[in-house]
Amino acid sequence: MNRFLKNRWAVLSLAFLLLLTLATLCAPLLTRYSFEEQQISQRLSPPSFLHPMGTDLLGRDLYSRILYGARVSLTVGVVTALISLILGTLSGALAGYFGGWVDRCLSGITHLFYIIPSLLLAILLTLVFGKGLTGLLVALSATSWVTQARLVRGQMLQAKQMPYVEAARSVGASTLSIIFRHILPNLWGPILVALTIQIPTQVMSESFLSFIGLGLQPPYASWGVLASEGFGAMRSFPHLILYPGGILFITLMAFNALGDGLRDWLDPAGDRNLM
Amino acid sequence: MIRIIFQRILAALVTLSLLCVLTFLLLRLAPGGPFDTDRVWPPEIQANIQAKYGLNLRVSQQMGIWFKDLLHGDLHESFQYLGKPVSELISEAWPVSILLGTLALLVAVILGIPLGCLSAWKQGTWIDRVFMFVCFSGLSLPTYLLASLLILIFSLWLMWFPPALWEGPEFWVLPTLTLAARPLAILARLTRTTVIEVLRSDFIRTAYGKGLSPRTILFKHALKNSLIPVVSVLGPLAAQMVTGSFLVEIVFQIPGLGMHFVQSVLNRDYPLVMGLTLTYGVVLLTAHLLVDLSYSWIDPRIRVES
Repeated sequence: MNRFLKNRWAVLSLAFLLLLTLATLCAPLLTRYSFEEQQISQRLSPPSFLHPMGTDLLGRDLYSRILYGARVSLTVGVVTALISLILGTLSGALAGYFGGWVDRCLSGITHLFYIIPSLLLAILLTLVFGKGLTGLLVALSATSWVTQARLVRGQMLQAKQMPYVEAARSVGASTLSIIFRHILPNLWGPILVALTIQIPTQVMSESFLSFIGLGLQPPYASWGVLASEGFGAMRSFPHLILYPGGILFITLMAFNALGDGLRDWLDPAGDRNLM
Repeated sequence: MIRIIFQRILAALVTLSLLCVLTFLLLRLAPGGPFDTDRVWPPEIQANIQAKYGLNLRVSQQMGIWFKDLLHGDLHESFQYLGKPVSELISEAWPVSILLGTLALLVAVILGIPLGCLSAWKQGTWIDRVFMFVCFSGLSLPTYLLASLLILIFSLWLMWFPPALWEGPEFWVLPTLTLAARPLAILARLTRTTVIEVLRSDFIRTAYGKGLSPRTILFKHALKNSLIPVVSVLGPLAAQMVTGSFLVEIVFQIPGLGMHFVQSVLNRDYPLVMGLTLTYGVVLLTAHLLVDLSYSWIDPRIRVES
């Protein structure tokens, strides 16, 4: 724990992320306007006291929209990262533990998903499940479990050779109990690290899909939607893209720094290459 | 070895067909059709249009026809660009994407590897820290934010480069930089890690011991030996460049594969989507195959498993 606390960047990032989460939860208390309230007379005003980040094309307060947008971006990021974590861990654990045809089937599917560019598949899936929250959740979960599955499979292959697994089997533990009660709890370090890498990736993918116009539909906002709205007006009103893009950038940095810190703490020998 | 290569190619073909079947089914599952308009056509005309493009057949039949025609090299005509064969659209678009991807990868390699090396050499100094911080933030920078910053600074403020389109070398600069940022950061970090590892090994100490100059040690001994892991990520990175250009192409209005893909999906231009998926599939599978095979060539200790 000391090792983690010594990493100033990681602690700072954790504090920032907690603060951001708190702020999005209390968004109604911290904002003067709602995220969809239009004041046409105030449209496209630059940052001022009443509108700390200015207003958009329809006169909506950008600060409110960013704070409410954070709810969507962060929720989508965390939820899809968790779903893909569960899917990936299950598939990887089964493939790694059982081997044989189970492994061949699951690894085949994993390989297929690994080859397909995730953005390509995500675009197709958002179409099938509709633009909006459901589409985003399905598309992002379905395309991201692969890395986790590969990781857990590799760990599982090593773990099942360990003496403690043999010991568990010799005292008559069932297969399921060996996987879920003996092996997986031992893998929580790498899994937690994978989660902290997964969340920023998912937040970024969400913003990409929304930027292309496949995410949430107006008047709802996520950071990607805001950036997409702002990009068109960038020439004359750069604040419309710089604020949402900037806050996304800082948040992603915080997640990545936190991930690095956790990795150093939990898995000091692991490789530090971010792909 | 030849048998293994053959097996790999066969496996890749199976993957490719699975990818096509999956895309085909997903496209048909998506609500809306290619000829939906606000205007309501009389049912006879609707039926005629459907029949002309074979959309009245069962999905399995349509898929069968698509695969059969594929074997004859026919990717059908686009629904959106009427009368234009998909193969023609793709052959117009792919040189653009390939050029963009190659330029970006070149920039990433030419800048990333030496900078990573420098950082490792100056390990722990402020140069190293600043540079690694820049690389670290580069990994978190959303593509569209970087693109907007570059456009704001270099085309709207300094007016050096045009902000969009793809009509000559001066148009290439900003998209290339945008696309190169991420691989540059990845390569620099990876190079730094491996060079630091190599610099700690025994033969480097020996080289110092026999009195070689630091420059010779860095370039002749350390760099060469640390390039193997770097080379092995180049394959996946190259594949990422080809498919990762979606957003860059959209942001800069570049008529490449990525922009066509997004638009054809939105327009439900079934033949064009299928053609583009196939193109991406072939490029990616070839890249993976080459990487797999090159491992055993770079390091003969690694045997290719059948």
